[in-house]
Formats: sequence, C-alpha cells, structure tokens
Amino acid sequence: MNFLLRPLVALATTIALAAAPDERRSGYDIAGPEIRAMQDDDTANPGNLWVLQGETLWGKPTGAADRSCADCHGDAQMTMKGVAARYPAFDAVLARPLDLEQRINQCRTEHQKAEPLAWESEDLLAVTAFVARQSRGLPITVSASLELRPFLALGKQLFEQREGQLNLSCSQCHDDNWGKQLAGNLIPQGHPTGYPIYRLQWQSLGSLQRRLRNCMTGLRAEPFEYGAPQAIALEFYLMERARGMPMDAPAVRP
Amino acid sequence: MRKPGSRRSRQRRLGDALAAVLALLASAAADAQCEELRPFKIVGDAIPAALTETAGDATRGRAIILDRRLGACLLCHTGPFPEEKFQGTLAPDLTGAGSRWSEGELRLRLVDPTRLNPQTTMPAYYRVEGLTRVAQAWRGKPVLTAEQIEDVVAFLSSLRD
Repeated sequence: MNFLLRPLVALATTIALAAAPDERRSGYDIAGPEIRAMQDDDTANPGNLWVLQGETLWGKPTGAADRSCADCHGDAQMTMKGVAARYPAFDAVLARPLDLEQRINQCRTEHQKAEPLAWESEDLLAVTAFVARQSRGLPITVSASLELRPFLALGKQLFEQREGQLNLSCSQCHDDNWGKQLAGNLIPQGHPTGYPIYRLQWQSLGSLQRRLRNCMTGLRAEPFEYGAPQAIALEFYLMERARGMPMDAPAVRP
Repeated sequence: MRKPGSRRSRQRRLGDALAAVLALLASAAADAQCEELRPFKIVGDAIPAALTETAGDATRGRAIILDRRLGACLLCHTGPFPEEKFQGTLAPDLTGAGSRWSEGELRLRLVDPTRLNPQTTMPAYYRVEGLTRVAQAWRGKPVLTAEQIEDVVAFLSSLRD
C-alpha cells in the first residue's frame, strides 16, 4: 500500500508546488476593466504625467557637477531597461540594499553633486516613474546573492510579524485572505509590480514605502520612517515574493 | 514691604511647589487608573463575569460595531446591518451570534481571541500587553474600553436566529 501511495503523494506535492506560482495575482490582474483601461492607455494613465516629467529631468543638467542623468546613462530606453525590476539591489560600499529612490539620490549626491530629492517629492517620483517605466512587461528579477539573505530574512520576518494595536501581520491579509473583501476593498496579494503607483485614493503618484506606511497606520502601528532599513528589507522581500511577475509601472490602483 | 527672601515667602513658595507636585502625582495616578485594564477571569472558553458593574447597552453596542473608529467590526464581518453597504468577508457573519455563543464566550472572543486561537485574524479588543510597534497615539490603550466591550457583548447576545 505504502509503496503505491508514496509516488502518488510525491506527484501531488510536485503538482501543488508547480501550481503555487501561478496562483499569484498582481493588482492589475484583480483590477476592474475601467482601472485596467486607464493604466493601459498612456493618454489616460495619470502616472504618465510623472513619467514625462521624469524624462525631462533625465536630460537636465543639475548640481555642482552640472551633469544630467543622460550624460552618464545615455538613452534610458536602452540603459534603464529592466533596472527597476532588479531593485532593491545590494550596495557593496554601504553593505546593504538600496531601493530605486535611494539609488537615484545616491547618483545625485555622488555624481551630480546635488542635494538628494525628498521622499515622495514630485521630482523623485518623476525620475523613479520614468526609470520604472523602462521595465514595463519585464519580469521582477531581484538578486538572490548571499549577502542579501539576511535582509530577505528580515523582510520576511517583518511581513509575518503581527503589529499595531490591531495586532495583524501583512501575511494574514495578503497571504491568507487575499481575494476577500475588507469592507468595500478587495484584498490584493500585495505584489509591488507597478510602483510608483497612481492610487485613486491618493489622487497622486506614490511610492511603495508610502503604501506600506498606509497599511501600517491602518493597523495602528508606528510606520517605518522613509528609507529605514526595515522598510527597505520589506520592499526587498515583497519583490522576491513577486519574482518573475511582470512589471507594470506606473500602475493605476484603487 | 516684605523682603523676597523672608521666611513667609519661602514658606509660601514651598507650599506652592508641594501643591504642584501633589497635583502632578494625582493626575499621573488618574491616568494610570484610567488606562489600567480591569481584571477578568477566564473559565473554560469564556469570561463569565462582566468587566463592569453596570450592564452593557445593546443600542450603544450596535453603534460601536458600525463605527469605523471604534469597533470597525464590519471591515471584516458581515451582519444584519442593512444601512452598511460595504461589509467584509474575512470573518464569520454576526447574524445569530447570540444563539451560538453565551455572553461569557462572546466576552472572551472580544477581549482576547488569541487565547483561543493564536493564529486568529481577529484583533484583541481589550489587551495592551504583548503587542508590537503600536503607534504612539494608541500605546497602552485597548481598542475598546471595558464599558464598550460590555455594550458590544449586550448587542451581540441580542442577535438570535
């Protein structure tokens, strides 16, 4: 009996494991037809205004070095292709991962000799959206290198940790209860495929960190400061969790 | 004219300082008292005794359930609340809750449902210990007061099939 059952169990396990990635749904996958149509049409997607602004900033010399992004990186359509899909990425000098916004600001301070752009400022969102736009349709492929493992572990731990006065973890909603209604809102799986996103609730473009802070405030938890190591670790874990899913920035979300 | 350093004025200043310190201590004690949770006893899967001396008010309880800044129960639950268009589907329907659970069982499920199921999605409504990263504004405070817990228990008990 046992020798008959065992291969069956093994087969079932293999099928279950193989099926798991296909159960992933992005915010786009679960969105209604109006939101999808808005996202897909560049003239209707409000996020595109930031992309266009970002394109202008890309070519504009700035800082004491009087250099533009384009002076080093050239045509973003070529050089930035797939870059956003690989962030957060490890910075060997700082020995920690940086997210895309931090990487852009690092370029500003080190190479352009300019002031860093403030978190959630129009200019930082614009450059980030322009860079992220160049990864549209490309799969998320964050690095799996050894030095990033502790940050991945931290991100996972934070994702699964109950927090706030309401004592809930990210995982309890976005792993265990996705697809259900939280009052009037459909709970998504929480894949960061489209950041920065144009969120109808914000009437603005916003970063993944802003979105995480929203959720934490809802749980009555103390949100992570912008750029806090925990926030970056959580971003990194979310990107790893969405590995292989196509990028769709700038996404439109409810 | 009295000199500033005279004995009378020193005595008065000492008296003022003492009064101020006493007032401060009294207000700190009052704060602690108002934030300290009432003791309760779990028997089996219930808290049989009410948290307050005065009985809960079902009408107030219903309002607390609907209020998104208080119970916010309908974010996750559905129930017999025709005026609320958007109700959650994460948690069981509250219809008939009073037929399924005794008052004491409802009380424990509100006060701290993790005592029954550590993995539950349901928040603990009357607990301040063992929580992580609670925002400053809510630190040391339960989601609902003892009176509000009793109001909600009174309302849920009245929901019979």
